[in-house]
Amino acid sequence: MASLDDLKKRITSVKSTQKITKAMKMVAAAKLKRAQDSAEKGRPYSEKMNNIILNLSSGISDKETAPKLLSGSGKEQVHLCVVLTSDRGLCGGFNANIIKKAKSYFAKLNKEGKELKIITVGSKGNDQLKRVYGNKIIENISFKNSKNANYFDAEKVGKIIIEKFQKEEFDICTIFYNQFKNVITQIPQAQQIIPLNTKSDDQNNSEDNYEFEPDEDEILSNLLPKNISTQIFKAMLENSASEQGARMSAMDNATRNAGEMVDKLTIEYNRSRQAAITKELIEIISGAESL
Amino acid sequence: MSDEFKIEIVNPEKSFLSKEDVSEVVVPAFEGEMGILKDHISIISFLKPGIVTIQAKSGEEKYYVEDGIIEFKNNTLSILTSYILNLKDIEKNELQELLKNAENESNKPEISDQLKYLADQKVETLKSIN
Repeated sequence: MASLDDLKKRITSVKSTQKITKAMKMVAAAKLKRAQDSAEKGRPYSEKMNNIILNLSSGISDKETAPKLLSGSGKEQVHLCVVLTSDRGLCGGFNANIIKKAKSYFAKLNKEGKELKIITVGSKGNDQLKRVYGNKIIENISFKNSKNANYFDAEKVGKIIIEKFQKEEFDICTIFYNQFKNVITQIPQAQQIIPLNTKSDDQNNSEDNYEFEPDEDEILSNLLPKNISTQIFKAMLENSASEQGARMSAMDNATRNAGEMVDKLTIEYNRSRQAAITKELIEIISGAESL
Repeated sequence: MSDEFKIEIVNPEKSFLSKEDVSEVVVPAFEGEMGILKDHISIISFLKPGIVTIQAKSGEEKYYVEDGIIEFKNNTLSILTSYILNLKDIEKNELQELLKNAENESNKPEISDQLKYLADQKVETLKSIN
């Protein structure tokens, strides 16, 4: 049985851990509020962008001449996967969930004999993927220095992707991120951004007769690269809200567990203290009796 | 009948501006400035660097934009832009920095014609603000 001193030390160390997790939880809660706000504020932009593109692409009759970012390169051999994760740990299953989703997708691609290329955004994803898929990772981007997700970071990633597409280094691009549902639930998502999936939203707004200046093709070819940055930005916003949510619930759990542990240890400490006193008393009494 | 319509300006971070009492907007469209009044035909176009002028009941407002897409539909004008500044709030030294960056960009030797054109537009606009 551990001595009284040892127990005391353990109690203090668990208590200080609890203090840390509690503080982290509160920081995460404050950050979550902000991240959620900006995720909500960012939504109109990406929605409008999407609408305009849907309107435009439904107007394009000739798929042959459509920009490649929309119609694809005609092949689907090389897949580029962009995995968005956080730069910091201690956020529960947040990173693990994205990685799991991505890995099962990679396995599927492997089975189909497709070629795979990976770009990781955020250092945690890189850490976990480089063990198995190290030779497939062509780029690792990290925004440790920027405090919040901002559009310029997203634009940087977007530019890298578009550059690689224009050099025909890949045919299909998919991004992986966590969609924020609520504090406890984050849903890992795989979203194809090149070629753009326009079929999923079959809205009947193709009736609108727009006037275009300059013509549709030119607007589309200017808009599509922007849309990729926008999609990535949206993913980054969702991700940062999810990260804080995941961290908050993880730290909440940790704080609760630490509390339980402190209770248990305190009981053990008191019990052994009582046992020591009883032992001493018995010794004194039996000593006195023998006289 | 009032001749007012709605304008919404959004950038990736947030909804930048929303007004319901706008009577005229002049935007720097890619092929030249374009004035938009109520009941304009539905249009999609994109912007070059320049000044967006909004005439509203509450007064005239001017914004500097670097790029963007506009959509006009059902008397709602949406402007999507990644970089926008209210001319009133713009600081002198900030302006100088933007101007310097734009000039640097336009003087790059390996720049394509289109980018060069955009950068020149930027320089011109910034100079006119000054």
